[in-house]
Amino acid sequence: MRTLRECLHRLIGALHRGRSDADLQEELRLHMELAAEDAHRRGESVRSARLQTGGASQAMDALRDQRGWPWLQSLFSDGAFAWRQMNKHRAVTAAAILSLGLAVGATTAAFRLLDAVFWRPLPIAHPERFYVLGWNTTTSRGEPEYRDDFTYPTFRGYRTAVGDRGEVLILGSVSRQEIVIDADVERATRQHVSGNVFSAFGLQPVLGRLLDRSDDMEPRGRDVAVISYDFWTRRFGRDPAVVGRTFRWGRTTIEIVGVSPQGFTGTEPGRITDFFAPATLNTQALNNPGWSWFRIWVRPSDGTSPEQVRQLLQSQVKRDREEAVKFLAPDSPGPRIAAFLNEQILLAPAGAGVSGLQRTFRRPMLILAGLVVLVLLIACSNVANLLIAQAVARGREMALRVSIGAARWRLIQLVLVESALLAVCASIAGAIFAWWAAPFVVSLLAFQEPVQLVLDMNWRVLGFGILLTMAVTMLFGLIPALRASAVRPVGALKGHDDPHRHRRVVRSLIGAQMAFCLFVVFIAGLFGSTLRNLANRPLGFDADRLLLLEINVAGDKQSPQVWASVGDRIRTAPGVEATSFAGWVPLSENRWRAPVTVPGQPQDPDNETYFLGVSPGYFDTMRIGLVAGRDFRIDDTPPTRDGQVPVPGTGIVNEAFARAYFDGRSPIGQHVLVRQFKRGPQEKDVDAAMEIVGMVRDSVYNDLREPMRPTVFVPNEATNHAALVIRTTGDPLPLGPILRREVTQAHSDFRVTNIGTQDAFVQRQMLRERLLATLSLFFAIVALFLASVGLYGVLNYAVIQRRREFGVRMALGARAAHVVRGVTAEMMSPVGVGTLVGLGAGLAFGSLVERILFEVKATDAMSVTVPLLTLAVVAALAAVPPAIRAVRIDPARTLRSE
Amino acid sequence: MANREPSKADVLQGTLDLMVLQTLDTMGAQHGYAIAARLEQVSAGALKLNMGTLYPGLMRLEQRGLVRGSWGTTESNRKARFYALTAAGKRELAKEKQAWDRMTTIMQALLRGGA
Repeated sequence: MRTLRECLHRLIGALHRGRSDADLQEELRLHMELAAEDAHRRGESVRSARLQTGGASQAMDALRDQRGWPWLQSLFSDGAFAWRQMNKHRAVTAAAILSLGLAVGATTAAFRLLDAVFWRPLPIAHPERFYVLGWNTTTSRGEPEYRDDFTYPTFRGYRTAVGDRGEVLILGSVSRQEIVIDADVERATRQHVSGNVFSAFGLQPVLGRLLDRSDDMEPRGRDVAVISYDFWTRRFGRDPAVVGRTFRWGRTTIEIVGVSPQGFTGTEPGRITDFFAPATLNTQALNNPGWSWFRIWVRPSDGTSPEQVRQLLQSQVKRDREEAVKFLAPDSPGPRIAAFLNEQILLAPAGAGVSGLQRTFRRPMLILAGLVVLVLLIACSNVANLLIAQAVARGREMALRVSIGAARWRLIQLVLVESALLAVCASIAGAIFAWWAAPFVVSLLAFQEPVQLVLDMNWRVLGFGILLTMAVTMLFGLIPALRASAVRPVGALKGHDDPHRHRRVVRSLIGAQMAFCLFVVFIAGLFGSTLRNLANRPLGFDADRLLLLEINVAGDKQSPQVWASVGDRIRTAPGVEATSFAGWVPLSENRWRAPVTVPGQPQDPDNETYFLGVSPGYFDTMRIGLVAGRDFRIDDTPPTRDGQVPVPGTGIVNEAFARAYFDGRSPIGQHVLVRQFKRGPQEKDVDAAMEIVGMVRDSVYNDLREPMRPTVFVPNEATNHAALVIRTTGDPLPLGPILRREVTQAHSDFRVTNIGTQDAFVQRQMLRERLLATLSLFFAIVALFLASVGLYGVLNYAVIQRRREFGVRMALGARAAHVVRGVTAEMMSPVGVGTLVGLGAGLAFGSLVERILFEVKATDAMSVTVPLLTLAVVAALAAVPPAIRAVRIDPARTLRSE
Repeated sequence: MANREPSKADVLQGTLDLMVLQTLDTMGAQHGYAIAARLEQVSAGALKLNMGTLYPGLMRLEQRGLVRGSWGTTESNRKARFYALTAAGKRELAKEKQAWDRMTTIMQALLRGGA
């Protein structure tokens, strides 16, 4: 039994720090001298003495084994040998390390991203105890939808229902706001939180204090905020005197009362919160039953299970629904009402944060991660083929080792150490690539508004990296190791190598590579087509050079005339072609839907029409064609209500509306009824009459992917919030700050809160598709490159191995074409079978992801033939150099060298 | 490691250690050849240790801290490495002797005294 001390000494001995060989040999020499003298004295021969003492070299061997740690030393020597081998074959080693490094790096980068978005637990106390509320419902078109946005009155009900069985928290959505610090206008992200959030999260302030319940009282919360550590560093330079400073937000002056701890950046992965404000500061929303603006998290108390909390909430949900049913239109279908009443509230784990980013990118990221793993497998099988070829070439060396006494496991260890060294080098290269690639992919996700993810290097990523390295080593090292160690010494030493022994393994590896490669190329083709189709989709308006200014008015609502005067002033500024106002712009994720009834026709309860409030000149500014009738005039009014009394107005509809409601006849002059929703709990919905004065061409409203729906445009009412749409002659963004000042000069109460371009909204709709297309194209190129290099390597090697055979054939009269066919025939069937398998997998997968695709199906002719042709061309190109080499074989020379 | 059956080498190692420690205890510091000669003498020629067994054993004892080796000169003025028992070696010797005595008593009772 070895003691720890002995092991320590042996470890030191393994590192060449024990007794030296010369020292040991001197000791042995004395022993032998004395033994010889004794034997001489006894009258025996020296030889018998030597027999008794044993040989010096065996003793030295035993001493060396005792001095060091033989297994460790064998590992070191294997490592040194592997290093020398790698240096000897630089080109091959470099190719292997690069391809592996790329694959390993991409895999690690994918893991880092998935970790940052989905798995990284928030730096709060017991993140696993928090849940986010949501429910499954159906849209008016019958499509399933998951919603997690709530109103403040609903929150009050839930808070009472849960009582002391749990904490109910408000986590508002993170949005960019314009604030004024010391007369500088800046942008900062804000998150509303309820007063119990910081204490539930168990956070301690770095400076000052955090928000508590007393800041979050109704009817209005305190004008205070907590800034994040990140914002404190970035903007205030970690100024210790920041507590007590104020900034202006909208019309209020907010006091900073504290700094939240380092590492806490809010609860939405993808967004970093700059300041946290009490929820009750949003006074306009506190009693509004139609304005949902936050998520609700719950944390069950000790001893209460999440299911119990859910039951408490469910009873409240049921009560809410039963109240709401009373105000639904009386002609709603029965099943719809029943489904509405039965909607279940769901609790989902919130420990890693909750954000829209997660939902939008969950499927794409998993698909991309899958593609990455396939590329990794291609790279591994490439390197395995390489090592197998090397193993064949080293048959003699292995045979020699076996014949002087190496055990089989020793040979396996030798090859595995080489593979491990390769894998470690590749992992280092891969780590560098992953360190650069992950932020790069995140930058692809953003457009004019950066996506901020916390990409820290934590033990999970490190552990994953180590596991990956080990797995990769096993993946490409084990088969060659087993193959190399199974050598039969006599045959190998005599030169009876059978170069065809490894054929089956090599062919199946090639087949697998081709299958993976075709799958990746197929998927890349699908995503590329989707992006192209989406990008070329006609919008119905011209999104080029459209500047958008979001304007808020301090004080009372202003009439459309006042707004028009501001617009006129802006129109005279240099660089401005046209201006108009709208409640919001297309693709800004705002929408307003209401039922429309044509008198004399039965109402279709599922047909909700889109509405948008616009000013005169909107269609000109957006370049939406006016087909019939006229544009709005400044004195046109929308259909509206005055208390319970409906007030008639005018409207302009699009062609889809005419098709849906009037069978394509001209709707000009027709009157329809427009639903006006109740604005408070005591009112009921009423229908107001609307005269249609114009018809315009169809345009997109909310989603690039949905067909253009019937839309009604109504004149703007008096309001204190609108979007100013400006068509500029040149690049829109530089004009932003100039026009912002112009707006405030035109009317002192008008303030610009946000500047953007229409183009940004369009691009943002295509973010997911762009990510998928870009990355899958990158992976497809890498996969094609790897597969072609692999095929080339195998064919090349086969030609070299079989050059004797080809030499003989050509000497006997075979033509070049036959030789080439001989070279390629062997690989045809794995390539063919692999391609078909990959195609089958691609078709199956394509039907699974049909929802993400746009106007392209997996079974389209183009989707199938383009990848097949690409792979065929690439495979043919890879086969050309070996074929040329085969043809160029000089039979005389090869036969002579026998 | 703990559950492995002691191989022949391990058993020999265990008894060799005890023999060497006892010899050093009796005779004081000795060099390797003297230890081997003494053991041969005491066993009346039955125990003839070769270098490949003795010296690795001495090195192991040294690694475990039970003996200390140092270079010195013999009576015939030749350079030799002398091994001396350390305090830990003395304690280990006493412990091993007790264990050996216990085992021989048990085996004696078993083999001679009936089942």
